[in-house]
Amino acid sequence: MITPDALGYLPETPAQTAGPFVHIGLIPSQAGFDIFENNLGTIALGAEIKGDRIRIEGRIFDGTGAVIRDALVEIWQADSFGRFNHPADQAPGPRDAAFRGWGRTGTDFETGIWSFATIKPGRVARRHSEGRLAPHILVWLAARGINLGLLTRLYFEDEVAANAEDAVLRLIEQPERRKTLIARRVSGTAETTYVFDIHLQGTEETVFFDV
Amino acid sequence: MGQEDFIQRDLEQQPLTISPLYKTSMFRGPTRPPLSLKTGMADLAGPVFGAEELGPRDNDLILNYAKESFPVGERIIIHGRVLDGNARPLRGVLVELWQANASGKYRHRNDGYIGAIDPNFGGCGRCLTDGEGRYIFRTIKPGPYPFRNKVNDWRPAHVHFSVFGTGFAQRLITQMYFEGDPLIRHDSILNTISDAAARDRLVARLDLAASVPLDTLAYRWDIVLRGTRATVFENKLQGN
Repeated sequence: MITPDALGYLPETPAQTAGPFVHIGLIPSQAGFDIFENNLGTIALGAEIKGDRIRIEGRIFDGTGAVIRDALVEIWQADSFGRFNHPADQAPGPRDAAFRGWGRTGTDFETGIWSFATIKPGRVARRHSEGRLAPHILVWLAARGINLGLLTRLYFEDEVAANAEDAVLRLIEQPERRKTLIARRVSGTAETTYVFDIHLQGTEETVFFDV
Repeated sequence: MGQEDFIQRDLEQQPLTISPLYKTSMFRGPTRPPLSLKTGMADLAGPVFGAEELGPRDNDLILNYAKESFPVGERIIIHGRVLDGNARPLRGVLVELWQANASGKYRHRNDGYIGAIDPNFGGCGRCLTDGEGRYIFRTIKPGPYPFRNKVNDWRPAHVHFSVFGTGFAQRLITQMYFEGDPLIRHDSILNTISDAAARDRLVARLDLAASVPLDTLAYRWDIVLRGTRATVFENKLQGN
């Protein structure tokens, strides 16, 4: 039961792990059955949507270095103009109304690889000060053994100048840890592909965020 | 015009990232503190879902996978409101749930439990909240089941919930339990939350008033996502 505090605020509902069967609810086709006419989470990339088509992919490693094969991965990003498809983003200027900016998938049960086909986001204006952030994509994880959903940010290796001045990357005290947020561009693939591996623990532990 | 920032999350009310009670978290929970950021546009905004994306039976787990008869189990309604920390209803937000069947068995290729699959039960549903922030599902009460943690660990009956707010910073996945279940106090996963009052906020109450006589019992459970604080005074010199 929820009781307001003395000032009338309500306490946030606590999180719990998504468990090993998160696919049933959120990606039922991966659980092995069809139930809904329309499955959510595929990023529609019609011809009208502007921006460079990219593929992002990676794996998630636990504290022993083992690949996690049962995780849920969601991404949330701006369009190619650096705008979010949401009424809170009121700034003037062009935007891409057909691009939702949200995707959902699961890590593969055999390989542990997750991937999305999307567009490279534009630079987003900072809210509390001047300037723009380097292009980035929010990545959110839920899985068995993860008690509170984990939020991180994917930046792009080929945005050297923008990354160097990015206010969030610069906030990470240890320069070595900034590298955990940089997706590396791989060559030899038909699509422009970036690889973003996430480490939940260890010396390469990914920087996670509390916003 | 000022915009809103999210109020800082109270991590004391949340489960421990790493808890010896729940062994898998020892290998999967981050060991370093998260980096705290002010609310950016990415956090304030979030995906918007439309009613046309959902089907008419998506929130009725008694019918949405029924082939030849109703699923086996206690027929229940689970309903409540999605509010923010300022006690305002969150309208049109996506609520998704999934659960085991009455035998404690999930319709999932990786579930090896001996419990029987119910051919008429899928185990997932979704809906958007209405103009007052209300959600409602009809389903059957899930059964408890054992899981590999300590050798005799059992999960209390529970339903998994995934909720979106208006902003991505409100994203939440959690579990709902049923009032009076004796397994609740033994649950290694619920007990990763050290605050007893916070644990109790995950327990739905029997709601006889909302029950359908001679048909379906009801449980009520309200969900609270993070609240916001108005940023009345700006420090930016040039507009937005």
